Amino acid sequence: MTGLRLETIVLARGGEPLIAVEAHVAPGEVLSVMGPSGSGKSTLLAAVIGTLPPAFTMTGRVVLNGRDVTALPPEDRRVGILYQDELLFPHLSVGGNLAFALPRALRGRKARRARIEAALDEIGMAGFADRDPATLSGGQKARVALMRMLLAEPQALLLDEPFSRLDATLRDQIRALVFARARDRGLPVLLVTHDRADAEAAGGPVIALSDQMTTTSRGGKPLKPTEE
Amino acid sequence: MRPLRAAPALTLVLMLGPVLAGLAGTLAPALGVFPALGGHTLSLEPARALAAWPGLWQAVALSVGTGLAATLIALGAVTLFAAGWAGTRAMGLLERLLSPLLAVPHVAAALGLAFLIAPSGWIARALSPWATGWQRPPDLLILQDPMGLAMIAGLAAKEIPFLLLMTLAALPQAAPARRLTIARALGYGRTTGWLKAVFPAVYAQIRLPVYAVLAYSMSAVDVAIVLGPSTPPPLAVQVVRWMSDPDLSLRFRAAAGAILQLGLVLAALALWRLGEVGAARLGRRWAEGGARHMAEPVLRAAGLGLAALAAAAVIFGLAGLALWSVAGFWGFPDALPDGIGLRSWARHGQALIAPARETLLLAGLATALALALTLACLEAEHRFGLAPGSRSLWLLYLPLLVPQVAFLPGLQTLALSLGAGTGRGTVVLAHLVFVLPYVFLALSAPWRAWDPRHATVAAALGAGPGRIFRTVRLPMLLAPVLTAAAVGFAVSVGQYLPTLLPGGGRIRTLTTEAVALAAGGDRRIIGVTVLVQTALVAAPFALALAAPRLIYRHRRGMRGAG
Amino acid sequence: MRLTASRLARACLPGLLTGLALPALAAGPDPDPADWPAVLAEARGQTVYWNAWGGAAATNDFIRWAAGEVGDRYGVTVEHVKLADTADAVSRVLAEKTAGKDTGGAVDLVWINGANFAAMKEAGLLFGPWAGDLPNWRFVDTVGKPAVTADFTVPTDGFEAPWAMAQVVFYHDTARLGDPPRTMPALLDWARAHPGRFTYPQPPDFLGTTFLKQALYELAPDPSVLQTPADEAGYDAVTAPLWAFLDDLTPHLWRQGRAYPQSGPQQLQLMADGEIDLAISFSPGEASTAIANGQLPDTVRTFVLEGGTIGNASFVAIPYNASARAGAMVLANFLLSPEAQAHAQDPDILGYGTVLAMDKLAPDDRARFEALDLGIATLSPAELGPALPEPHPSWATRIEADWTARYGTAR
Repeated sequence: MTGLRLETIVLARGGEPLIAVEAHVAPGEVLSVMGPSGSGKSTLLAAVIGTLPPAFTMTGRVVLNGRDVTALPPEDRRVGILYQDELLFPHLSVGGNLAFALPRALRGRKARRARIEAALDEIGMAGFADRDPATLSGGQKARVALMRMLLAEPQALLLDEPFSRLDATLRDQIRALVFARARDRGLPVLLVTHDRADAEAAGGPVIALSDQMTTTSRGGKPLKPTEE
Repeated sequence: MRPLRAAPALTLVLMLGPVLAGLAGTLAPALGVFPALGGHTLSLEPARALAAWPGLWQAVALSVGTGLAATLIALGAVTLFAAGWAGTRAMGLLERLLSPLLAVPHVAAALGLAFLIAPSGWIARALSPWATGWQRPPDLLILQDPMGLAMIAGLAAKEIPFLLLMTLAALPQAAPARRLTIARALGYGRTTGWLKAVFPAVYAQIRLPVYAVLAYSMSAVDVAIVLGPSTPPPLAVQVVRWMSDPDLSLRFRAAAGAILQLGLVLAALALWRLGEVGAARLGRRWAEGGARHMAEPVLRAAGLGLAALAAAAVIFGLAGLALWSVAGFWGFPDALPDGIGLRSWARHGQALIAPARETLLLAGLATALALALTLACLEAEHRFGLAPGSRSLWLLYLPLLVPQVAFLPGLQTLALSLGAGTGRGTVVLAHLVFVLPYVFLALSAPWRAWDPRHATVAAALGAGPGRIFRTVRLPMLLAPVLTAAAVGFAVSVGQYLPTLLPGGGRIRTLTTEAVALAAGGDRRIIGVTVLVQTALVAAPFALALAAPRLIYRHRRGMRGAG
Repeated sequence: MRLTASRLARACLPGLLTGLALPALAAGPDPDPADWPAVLAEARGQTVYWNAWGGAAATNDFIRWAAGEVGDRYGVTVEHVKLADTADAVSRVLAEKTAGKDTGGAVDLVWINGANFAAMKEAGLLFGPWAGDLPNWRFVDTVGKPAVTADFTVPTDGFEAPWAMAQVVFYHDTARLGDPPRTMPALLDWARAHPGRFTYPQPPDFLGTTFLKQALYELAPDPSVLQTPADEAGYDAVTAPLWAFLDDLTPHLWRQGRAYPQSGPQQLQLMADGEIDLAISFSPGEASTAIANGQLPDTVRTFVLEGGTIGNASFVAIPYNASARAGAMVLANFLLSPEAQAHAQDPDILGYGTVLAMDKLAPDDRARFEALDLGIATLSPAELGPALPEPHPSWATRIEADWTARYGTAR
């Protein structure tokens, strides 16, 4: 079964259940998770990507395109992530950042370089390979971060409030770009945001995390009410 | 994965093992057990012999007095300076001036200060005969005074940069700007407001460094030999003298003295702790009393004056020795030598090549080892989510709190009986005991402050932990890593007893040379040695500053990163 | 991750292991100096750690010269381990014995005499006898310089080889002090008239102790008892005049006796700075050497006290567990060679007296000594006067302890 399945996932801290989720995100679809800060959105992303802090425990399974990735380390899950900060590596050039993401399978300096040039061209930044990422504009940084993630050929995408730092016009533009790329590649997307506009633009189902912690399955049926 | 998980434990063993084992090796002869000298049974005779030594109470009083005084002066100067000047340009300037002084080896600073303040020293020369009328040096007891004032000055001058940098590192956590703004809005003067609103939070952060300063000042041997009194000397120096007395039976008394020294340090720390409680109580009453201005200009001037004096003492002291290293005949009261020449360098420079190489090698090995262990610990902490408790900080400071004379002699005997022998390996391990805490302290804060989302992003891009460490974290933290290495290097270069004793004397570094030469009093050769020693310490710091700037000259995002 | 950790380990371990595992190799049968070619053969390639006091540039330079010569001629590498105090080497050997490290010790040769020698000999920490079988021993002046076989009255028994003669002298700056006092009472009178211009190194520094012994010689009712152990000779009565003298002298010393120079060479700096006007030395050529080095002004001259001054010999000894005993013997033998002895006597180098007898030398070798210009501040052997033998070591031990109790702890 393709797509990203979160099967009876329950996150707890110190034995206290925090979040429970049951969801299926089909390829090309965006599942938005909304909630105020502190509602556990980021913890959910950490669970999916595999960096859950030791203080938390998790039951349930994360299944990606039929592959159970629950026990895999983050680097083997093939789940990409974008944060509100672009987190471009400051010690590498723009091209270096992209090359970091390119799979090892693509061999040869020339071939890799060509792939990077093509990728930059694709986001309208041809010739930027040798630039210092710190000298880019906000929109350029966001596009490089997106392209860097895509070059790693992920099978799912996690977005942690990725547009909240951008100003209004840029936000629409980048948002559209991200969703379009994800749809093109048939990637299931898990979007975490507190901005209703993000969720609306995504057009997919929405899960609302709130103080009275109810989490729903995709069909809107509450799995298990819990308290934060 | 398993070796990495064991890194914190291994680090602790390497750092604390020698201290504990050495203490045991000192305790045995202190209780009369030293088979090679015929001591086979437990006895209190060493303690009795120690108590019978006529200078004991003065030596004890000197150790405690100079240690407490130097610590109080250094802490007071740093506090007043920070209170009056935090956030100003004067602070920035002095900070830049003082941080390199941190690296100047204690012996070098002490020898420089000795030449400055001696009756035949540079200050007297500069004022003579036109202001003082002195044609010959006055017979004034300035160096080696029985009260230890010169020694207190030397120790304080060297500890002020250390405490100042520790304070500056602790400041951000105390949110000084907000607290001070509130205090000033309530009508408090700058200094008074800082002391009442910011200092308590800062002191909580620098408490352990202050303890380390107190323990060091009480037990310093090299500084005391140069600046301290000799009739009698402070206890630590006397212990080292007994250790090297031809009358071998004095080793028992020496061991008893070393244990007493440990007891003194512990007692002084306890006393200091009591003082903290008392000062906190008084401070609260003072803070609640509502006094808004307290001789503000006087306190500010005192803070600036003391900090500047500490910087000037070390800088002019080194300059004086530099001048001696190229001086021809330089009699009193000439402010400058008759002639300048490279004769002393030609004569002694060659002899310093081997010790300089040894110093480099030891410091390089100890620093590399300390850096590797520190990185392994921090990486293990990151990967396995180990949360360092406040107790681990105490463990880090432990080697800095135990007097060197209390455990190094025992360590030497122990290393020999384990068949390890004396030599470079043992010296590197002994240096590691002191290098590790400093490297760890210097690196852990920037390392832990690194945004872990970089690691998540890299992992999401398919990079494993090893690759993330190598290609993301280490390069991004290059500047703090190099700075920590330079700190470790400087600490290693400055070690005297940890080179002398575990090295079996075969290991000759610039510091052991400098102390040996200090006994000879030849200022020219002392000048040459101290300059080479200081250069050896300064070079890594310059490199640590320059290398990241050069490597990342086209990476704006890497500037100011640590 | 595993890779990283093992890389760390790989990077660190070799350094540790080489450092830890190296010593404890050289043992083998004892080298026999009677079979000198065998000693030379064994010595080639060895490294000799010569532990010698490192507080004076002149001696350091001489040792470096000797190391170079021995390296070139015999293939023996000599490393000078600079000691702040000779007793450090004694401690080291003792620590090794404590740990049962009876071979492969860290000290191969030690510059030693007096109490340190007595202590090491008594504790069985020395290798020997060997000195009497050295090829160059035949040149040694055992008749005219009895100190070469009796070190502070303790018979050397071949456990150490002499390499330099020393005799107490004083030096003064003629620019400030034309006619120096030549007896202890005269010194006291002069100090009263010129307070703060005389001091001596702080006992138990050997030179400071020597000053006390020198004063004792002059002040004791019967100096001959100094050759017997102090306990048997009525220590209190013999030393009473010394303490009376010091009680009078101390308030007039440099810094009123509240601080002392920590070594002999430190007096050079005090002299050059004009802090003191006269000082004690154990090397008749020290002042000339210091003038040649620019450490003292050329107005400094040497003098001795009426009635003679204490003389002794400096020795080298081999610890019982030394690693390079053959190499150490080769070095000791070289130090006894006429060439090395003449080099040491050159005031531009060291200015130490030779232990050799001129009449035992070949004419060429004798010429080396005759060609030396002993320097403007060096006394001729006739001017130097008689050398008094060192007292029994027990005197130094007890005087040092009493001095420390009386003056070494602020009263």
